[in-house]
Amino acid sequence: MQNFQFTTATKVSDAVKTAALSQTAQQDADVRFIAGGTTLLDLMKLDVEVPRQVVDINRLPLDQVEPVSGGGLKIGALARNSDVAEHATVKRDYAVLSQALLSGASPQLRNMATTAGNLLQRTRCAYFRDTAYPCNKRKPGTGCAAIGGYNRMLAILGTSEHCIATNPSDQNVALTALEATIHIEGAKGERAVPIQEFYLLPGNTPQRENVLEPGDLITYITLPALPSNTRSYYVKLRDRAAYEFALASAAVVITQQDGRISRARVALGGVGTKPWRPVAAEKMLEGHAPSEELFRKAAREALKGARPASENGFKVELSQRCLVRTLKLATQTA
Amino acid sequence: MSEEKKSTPNPQGPEESDPKSKQAGGYTRRSFLGHLGAAGLAATAAPVLQAHASQTATAVEDAPKAAAAGTIAVTLKINGKRHQLQLEPRVTLLDCLRERVDLTGTKKGCDHGQCGACTVHINGRRVNSCLTLAVMHQGDDITTIEGIGQPGNLHPMQAAFVEHDGYQCGACTSGQIMSAVALLKEPCGPTDADVKQAMYGNICRCGAYPNIVAAVQQVRKQKS
Repeated sequence: MQNFQFTTATKVSDAVKTAALSQTAQQDADVRFIAGGTTLLDLMKLDVEVPRQVVDINRLPLDQVEPVSGGGLKIGALARNSDVAEHATVKRDYAVLSQALLSGASPQLRNMATTAGNLLQRTRCAYFRDTAYPCNKRKPGTGCAAIGGYNRMLAILGTSEHCIATNPSDQNVALTALEATIHIEGAKGERAVPIQEFYLLPGNTPQRENVLEPGDLITYITLPALPSNTRSYYVKLRDRAAYEFALASAAVVITQQDGRISRARVALGGVGTKPWRPVAAEKMLEGHAPSEELFRKAAREALKGARPASENGFKVELSQRCLVRTLKLATQTA
Repeated sequence: MSEEKKSTPNPQGPEESDPKSKQAGGYTRRSFLGHLGAAGLAATAAPVLQAHASQTATAVEDAPKAAAAGTIAVTLKINGKRHQLQLEPRVTLLDCLRERVDLTGTKKGCDHGQCGACTVHINGRRVNSCLTLAVMHQGDDITTIEGIGQPGNLHPMQAAFVEHDGYQCGACTSGQIMSAVALLKEPCGPTDADVKQAMYGNICRCGAYPNIVAAVQQVRKQKS
């Protein structure tokens, strides 16, 4: 690991001021915040990230999980994944988030990893992680070794001719289906960004993964209150039963009224360059009684735009089956 | 080699000699293996050479003369004892424990949070010490396998691992035990399957899993 300057922030405004000096908040940022460290130090050991300065934000008072007046839940940026997963309100009202968190990483990593750190988790694409290969995300303009290489784990939705890297997070799939809002304090003040607008498609600039600018610090997220008669569920499919990234996953948040689906929110993991929200498929579900036929139709719609690479064509079918199964589990009556 | 033999009365060689004669020969099993490893890897892996160079530099800084540029003074509380250290920010907690505080019970496996061999407790919770910086832990309670129990006064989990033969090569064992001890205070169902689920962050390449599960279950039953 290259050495760096290390400082500890005791105030949010100080952290923002220090990070605002960075050239970018994206790949190759020269100032990085460290919270759990589980992504950043991993990548620094590989020389994929080489920050000049690292700011420890663990002393900031941002680890609370608390109800929002008027409904909903506020989760601090530094709340650890294990604490959020086991939080009574999360388990009761936002089960999909608890299930997603517990399906990811390991108990040790979940004790370290934070809510905001998980939002910014980087791709597991092997070529991004290996500086011996070209990678447009790591070194813009060098090319994509994954498109003609080993791409079985990589994305089939939201890809471009420059990058097919998958967003690896489970948490972020659940947060997308829950329509979380990300609260950011930056050089120009505070702002709130819906998760649907937070992640960017790779396009011509795969090194830009989200809307964060130099100085921006995620301080907390909020989850809206859900209508009564809502159930949520997360299903993750992978090569082994534990400690592995998703080949395909699905998060659904379904409200039923009088035997019909009155509200549907769906997100897919393991298949997109960002947590994937198939809005047209949601619309197809709403207003109808749950049935396998309906779920299959919606799943086909969700994967309509899929563009598989040489080794990941199986994900088109796998992702559909995963979504159908998750919808069944969320709507079945006991 | 002939010089070593002179200073090493034991005909089986330096590795089998008693600690005093090892020091007399300026040669320990650890230093021997360390040099062997560096030399063997130097031919193929530049990053390893760099890492070795940085370790050497760190050792020099450790000398009481003066704090080298770019280092930070930090006091770490490890197994109840305070250690005043002068560290480069990039030193992971794992490397600090092994290379600076000489607590080598914590093992380096993958060094990327994928194997669990480096598991320690911070404020009572299990973490991968390879993915956190030592300088981030001023004021924290750090517990390693050495702080859990010692020969003659083993933690029940250590004793259960011995009783159930919960290891072969031993490389993962301290991490397994640290995870298992933390697990006693975590939400976990009663079955063997629950224990396997809670322990999946610790990989055992020898495949001692059935015996590890038996050891963990025995201690959980004793506790309840």
